[in-house]
Amino acid sequence: MHILKLIFRNALRHKLRTALTILGITIAILAFGILRTLVSAWYSGVEASSSARLISRNSISLVFSLPLSYKEKIRQIPGVKGVSYAIWFNGTYISEKNFIPNFAVEPKTFLELYPEYLLPEDQKTVFIRDRKSAIAGRKVAERFQWKVGDSITLKGTIFPGTWEFVLRGIYYGAEKSADETQLFFHWNYLNERLKKTTPRRADQTGVYIIGIDNPDQAAEISEAVDKTFKNSLAETLTETEKAFQMSFVTMTQAIVTVIQLVSFLVIIIIMAVVANTMAMTARERIGEYAIMKTLGFGGWHIVILILGESLVITMIGCVLGIILTFPGAGYFGNTMGNFFPVFDVSAMTLLLDVAASFLVGLIAAAFPTWRAVNIRIAEGLRRIG
Amino acid sequence: MADRKQPIVEIRNLSKSYRRGIQVIPVLENINFDIPEGEFLALMGPSGSGKSTLLNLIAGIDKTDTGTVMVGGLDITSMTETELARWRAANVGFIFQLYNLIPVLTAFENVELPLLLTWLSRKERREHVEMTLQMVGLADRMDHYPSQLSGGQQQRVAIARAIVTDPTLLVADEPTGDLDRVSAEEILELIARLNREFGKTIIMVTHDPHAAGRAHIIKKLEKGILNAHS
Repeated sequence: MHILKLIFRNALRHKLRTALTILGITIAILAFGILRTLVSAWYSGVEASSSARLISRNSISLVFSLPLSYKEKIRQIPGVKGVSYAIWFNGTYISEKNFIPNFAVEPKTFLELYPEYLLPEDQKTVFIRDRKSAIAGRKVAERFQWKVGDSITLKGTIFPGTWEFVLRGIYYGAEKSADETQLFFHWNYLNERLKKTTPRRADQTGVYIIGIDNPDQAAEISEAVDKTFKNSLAETLTETEKAFQMSFVTMTQAIVTVIQLVSFLVIIIIMAVVANTMAMTARERIGEYAIMKTLGFGGWHIVILILGESLVITMIGCVLGIILTFPGAGYFGNTMGNFFPVFDVSAMTLLLDVAASFLVGLIAAAFPTWRAVNIRIAEGLRRIG
Repeated sequence: MADRKQPIVEIRNLSKSYRRGIQVIPVLENINFDIPEGEFLALMGPSGSGKSTLLNLIAGIDKTDTGTVMVGGLDITSMTETELARWRAANVGFIFQLYNLIPVLTAFENVELPLLLTWLSRKERREHVEMTLQMVGLADRMDHYPSQLSGGQQQRVAIARAIVTDPTLLVADEPTGDLDRVSAEEILELIARLNREFGKTIIMVTHDPHAAGRAHIIKKLEKGILNAHS
């Protein structure tokens, strides 16, 4: 008979109490896991950024555009290997609740600079050739059950009017972090209509996407780009794609911080619950621990018994919580897919789950263990009966 | 000529008191006596006389205020907690009034518990446990949990647990206090047999004169002071 067997039997001695405590931990770990995944999802754009891409925008605000004429000048800066451009279109598909990030892009150079968006060659060829075509990510295509060849109509918001496209391709991400919820169409298609309807808005773009040969030169090339357009009507602010994505996260940093705090608060609450369980348990068994000390078992044996029982309970709850986190995150990801294109449970989240459970088990048992180890045997024996 | 046995327990000038807030309550005062090896001694006295406290001090589960307790030539009052724990594991067997078995362990596992502190192999532990349970007449109840045993049977398991390490000293605190008359007789007979056939030195605390009658020596405690009566 090993101490381990005693630990497990002790943990199951009060089945209802143990089951409820495990349930509490399971829910806490589930909540913690989903909140951490939410925080990771918030940063997914930043994580998916390439160190070999720079984004150049109007230095005043992203709201203001840049002239198309900048392209060639940027292209000539040493260290630049490719330039593309994109403009945020923000068209509505059927209703506003069907949020789809959609952009007008220069298709050929855009796909060259985003090799992580994988498109079958035939679809790529047609997309580049057909000015009224669009491509969509796998997730958004699945969401609306789009197939290649379907007509898609967007109602313009920034650019009023009805905009019709033919879906010529469905791209999928080379990595899990790639955003498959977007729709891209030809910048030229947008520009041609703007020339007729609002000429002053024509020949403009929102951002330039700059591919560079050497990521270590990002700062120098960014500086060179901005220097090129200093004192012009539209000065640029050029930064790494990561920094550009981070600026969006920073706008909502307070929310992210609150989510992180709530996630830790959940763990602290469950720690209190487990501590209560272990305190009750240790109090009931003070006599037994005194018996074991009488028989010659030392303080360390008592420590192993109490801590062991606490960890058995918390780790069972942890495993169940982790198992439920995957379908939970899947459901959350499907529901909130509009806003969080990437909603995957990361290895770091799982590690944090395990670490949190372990910590809860240790800390919750700390005081009952100390008490049980330090109580005098005669005092403990008096508690029996 | 009488064969004078060597004392296995020697108590000198032992005193013990407890604190209740600022109040100091004396429990034992200047106790002096010896217990010869192989003897069966009963400690009697009214409730609160200090008999359980004295038993605890002899067994090394409480600390004296003053005085010494020598057991088997060792001064246990000068041992550290760790040394005492090791000493108890090897030298003392406890029998409690309320049996104090671990409820989630079977009879076998309860008896095996003290042997986990030894270097015996699993097979050797099994042999010791089976032999001990056989001695107390519970070989057929090894896989029963305490809740599945009667009071008398539980006390037998407790006795088996107390003797499985072949200790120098057996201490029993009101071993029949929670049993009916028949079970109590059985337990007393078992304890007496351990003394008679196996030469175990036994110190038994009891308030029952009938139980005390089984012992060779009776000592009475009254308000922490020992009166000798054999």
